[in-house]
Amino acid sequence: MRLELVPRGDVSPVARVLSPVAAVAAAILIGGIIVAIMGRSPLQALQVYFVEPLTQGWALQELAIKATPLLIIAVGLSFCFRASLWNIGAEGQFIIGALTGSMVPLALHGSGAGPWVLAAGLVAGALGGLLYALIPALLRVAFGVSEILTSLMLVYVAELTLDYLVRGPWRDPKGFNFPQTVTFDWTLPYIAEGDRLHAGILIAPLVALAAWFVMRRTLFGFGIRVAGESPKAARFAGFSADRMVIAAFCISGACAGLAGIVEVFGQIHQLKPGISPGYGFTAITVAFLGRLHPAGMVFGALVVALTVIGGENAQIVMQLPLDLTRVFQGVLLMCVLAADALVSYRVRVVGGGR
Amino acid sequence: MTALVALRGIVKRFGTLTANDHVDLDVQPGEIHALLGENGAGKSTLVKILFGLLQPNEGTIRWQGREVMLSGPDAAAALGIGMVFQHFSLFDNLTVAENIGVAMPKGDGLADLEARIAAVGKRYGLALDPSRPVWTLSAGERQRIEIVRALLREPKLLILDEPTSVLTPQEAETLFSTLDTLAAGGCGLLYITHRLEEVRRLCHRATILRAGKVVAACDPRQESVAALASLMVGSEVAEVRPAAAHALGPVRFSLNGLTLPSSDLHGVALKAVSLEVRGGEIVGIAGVAGNGQAELFGAMSGEDLAASAEAVTIDGKPVGRDGIDARRKRAAAFVPEERNGHAAAPRMTLSENVVLSRHGDGMARGGLVDLRAAKDMAQAIIKAFDVRKGKVDPPAGTLSGGNLQKFVVGREMLRKPGVLIVNQPTWGVDPGATATIRQALIDLAASGAAVVVISQDLDEIYAIADRIAVIHDGELSKAYPAREIGREQIGLLMAGAGHAHAA
Amino acid sequence: MGVWEAILITVVTAATPLLIAAMGELVVERAGVLNLGIEGMMAVGAACGFAAAILSGSTILGILAAIAAGLVLSGLFALLVLGLATNQVASGLALTILGLGLSGLIGAGFVGTQREAIPPVYIPGLTDLPGGHVLFGENPFVYFSLALAFATLWFLGRSRAGLTLRSIGENHASAHALGLPVLKVRLAAILFGGACAGLAGAYLSLVYTPFWSPGMTAGRGWIALALVVFASWRPLRLLFGAYLFGGATVLQLHAQAASLGIPSQALSAFPYVATIVALVVMSVGRRSATAPGSLGAPFVPDR
Repeated sequence: MRLELVPRGDVSPVARVLSPVAAVAAAILIGGIIVAIMGRSPLQALQVYFVEPLTQGWALQELAIKATPLLIIAVGLSFCFRASLWNIGAEGQFIIGALTGSMVPLALHGSGAGPWVLAAGLVAGALGGLLYALIPALLRVAFGVSEILTSLMLVYVAELTLDYLVRGPWRDPKGFNFPQTVTFDWTLPYIAEGDRLHAGILIAPLVALAAWFVMRRTLFGFGIRVAGESPKAARFAGFSADRMVIAAFCISGACAGLAGIVEVFGQIHQLKPGISPGYGFTAITVAFLGRLHPAGMVFGALVVALTVIGGENAQIVMQLPLDLTRVFQGVLLMCVLAADALVSYRVRVVGGGR
Repeated sequence: MTALVALRGIVKRFGTLTANDHVDLDVQPGEIHALLGENGAGKSTLVKILFGLLQPNEGTIRWQGREVMLSGPDAAAALGIGMVFQHFSLFDNLTVAENIGVAMPKGDGLADLEARIAAVGKRYGLALDPSRPVWTLSAGERQRIEIVRALLREPKLLILDEPTSVLTPQEAETLFSTLDTLAAGGCGLLYITHRLEEVRRLCHRATILRAGKVVAACDPRQESVAALASLMVGSEVAEVRPAAAHALGPVRFSLNGLTLPSSDLHGVALKAVSLEVRGGEIVGIAGVAGNGQAELFGAMSGEDLAASAEAVTIDGKPVGRDGIDARRKRAAAFVPEERNGHAAAPRMTLSENVVLSRHGDGMARGGLVDLRAAKDMAQAIIKAFDVRKGKVDPPAGTLSGGNLQKFVVGREMLRKPGVLIVNQPTWGVDPGATATIRQALIDLAASGAAVVVISQDLDEIYAIADRIAVIHDGELSKAYPAREIGREQIGLLMAGAGHAHAA
Repeated sequence: MGVWEAILITVVTAATPLLIAAMGELVVERAGVLNLGIEGMMAVGAACGFAAAILSGSTILGILAAIAAGLVLSGLFALLVLGLATNQVASGLALTILGLGLSGLIGAGFVGTQREAIPPVYIPGLTDLPGGHVLFGENPFVYFSLALAFATLWFLGRSRAGLTLRSIGENHASAHALGLPVLKVRLAAILFGGACAGLAGAYLSLVYTPFWSPGMTAGRGWIALALVVFASWRPLRLLFGAYLFGGATVLQLHAQAASLGIPSQALSAFPYVATIVALVVMSVGRRSATAPGSLGAPFVPDR
């Protein structure tokens, strides 16, 4: 028995929009089965994961806070993925962005410098992520080394670098030997008094909007799309493949770095190990769930952020392990890929054959 | 006499397209049977059915009188059906022996394979070195592997799909004598082609397909080429009008000792290529596939840069170090061989594909794509070249081969280029579109442009070129006036005999 | 047993899981499929193997459970990339995310549980030779990994089935036209790769540590992937590469212990940086495409 795939040729836009929604539904179904296998009530889990966070004010704020880094990273990644480049090291670029961005407030700690520290930090963060992403890009362009493995290896290097700095040279001397830096003098302002919503969440939609404009309207975005579709056609169009690789990696690295420093300035207010619960990897699911389209990725980021908050909620309420959330995210990505295939091909099950 | 194989009422549909519509076909033992038809007539589909690669929707296949199901190539090969593919089914990084061994039936030991390859080679004049990796071989040698691979299984029916499309005229003669020997030994041969001279030279019977249906069956030796052609095309073959006499202008495009190592490991390096093309003339570049045509096109278009600026000139300006965009700005235009994936991005719309090669002249401004201008331009191209399509602005990949080719040629033609370089302008294109495209090339040259046509189709080159040069192993011969050079001599040049330096 | 012998044994110990997982992936890639999910499959193999061994008290059952886990996950991957022709890179990443999560779920109840490591198997006569402990004083996994390397070498280079597999990886369209069973062979290769990854995971939790902890694969699946590239898809070079890499790991551990004043994080980062350097060095020396021709490309036969 095997599956026979018949290309559909022209695919309706409605099907393209609905396929991620169907993928989410399928992933929830499979997740429910896994919860049932674990001997827990799938209905209660559904309630705890997906309904409760949407009905409570604090949780909605939390949703926006969690969706922010995911969306910024995913938007950046979409430039690489569109060009068929596999930057899977956004996690590392996120961490390095947080590091380089934090250098500014750390250097000026206690100096009474004004709020421009924040602006300078954000720029430094984006720049750090960009430079870090440039490593796999340059290795690919200069030596033909696969960007998949190099970008991933650099994640481990980034994590260890952060670990070294907060335990060593950057450790807060008055921090009771905890591996963390001082708390920064300046942090991103809150949008509403007494709440947790920081100004960083406004950055994400702006980034998505800018990405939409670049992708749809500029010649550069056109070049990225052609490069992903057909490298030879891109060459024929006069777009240098090497420059495309470098540009796509720079954009995604800068976005990941920006996300990193926004997370630190907005949420954590200092550096310590574990500043990212795997946002850089989770954003890959977000990017595909959003079909690499900025508007789609807003949807994707909210859905995936919901699973993150739901997962924390479930840990408290139902004592379900956080790993269940990762399982769900893996299943979700698989469902997204499968749904895409079902949109592009008519699938028939045929017996026998080769 | 029972036919070796008899097809009755074969129907094969792909979605709404009916590729084979109640086709009947018999092949007798010892017969060389031609299957004739234009591109898209349904020949390849029928052959794939006969080799088990596709299953028909209706109809029966009888093998030596017995009805059979061909569930796959294994089943077909087990009956004694062999196949020589047009686009070789070879593995570049494997050796000749491995390429042959992998296709042998299960349980057939590979131990004495090299001896058997040598034996078959000796018997049919098909010499091969079993230990060579395939990528080092010429197209003719590769075809030999395909044939030896089929012959080792001692087929009763051998199918050959367009076997001469990659051969020089002389190599084709060698092939024909091999096929004659095979037929004399009782093997049935099904010979697929659209080259009519060959059919009259070689085949005992012909079945002619048009739009998926059998339109005639005849003895080709009794028919004229013109009669066969009109059966095949269904109407008088559209002729191209030669240009009115016009004076040649100055040299508008030249290559001067262009030497370029191949960027691809398995590619061909260009060796001291020189050529001058004047305004008003068409220079045809003939050659067997894989002799550096793609590399030459890349060097002329600027997709690959030359070592020195002087190696390539457009209107006297050295452009060897300029990329394709800069060359376009000097009024040069380019049409590569591959429609889908090189000349056009298949999943992007026609208007986006206008932007692809024309963002330098009006389709983009200040870094922003002007989609409205592109849409208007797409409609103008569609109108001027009669491009048929379903929707207003469909993805390029949904167009038929001929219509997409008209679109990509039209896209460049509407720029009124001063220099046009085109690779295989009518490959796999229907006769109507072929005539349109060739006429456009002739008219463009007549208006004063310099035109270079790289083509593996000698008929095409003779139909439109004023001068002819031949490329072999990355070397280009001098360009001879078309009236002064015969097919025989071109054939020798294609095979690499008496090349550039001697000429 | 001398110091050098002891060091060499630790090298072999560190190299073995890489060798097993990478050899499986090598076969998968030679068939033209890129499975980036090794890390996930190893993690689940480690968790399942440990859990099953603890629950049943049987090492053999633990190993079988790890292999079964690898088979199931790789089967899921095959369903996506072969059945539905999905993008192989994204599907492999999904497999890794899923696998790391699943390993956490499965292993959660076993954190802190200890178990006796599988004892070495001594071969009378050979083990007692000078230096014999290195090769002949090892646990069964080591013998198996060496056998696996040479069996793969024979299979790919000498056997008929290996030729078929290489052809399919080289050019799936040609292979299909000749009637070779592209999807069946790829399915078999993917499952083999999954079984190897699962087994490599079992080695980690049953021999190497021997306990289970979250994230214990620590990027070994990714390093295995890099090793396949480093080895230019050749089994013997892979064997060499795995031991070289095992050596580098041990070197780093000894440097940590010797406290040379180098930050421990820098030493921990060493394997990852070394991998990047190795990939660059290999690419500089090789301008040609030694990768299988159809690697990573989805295959959809026309109908």
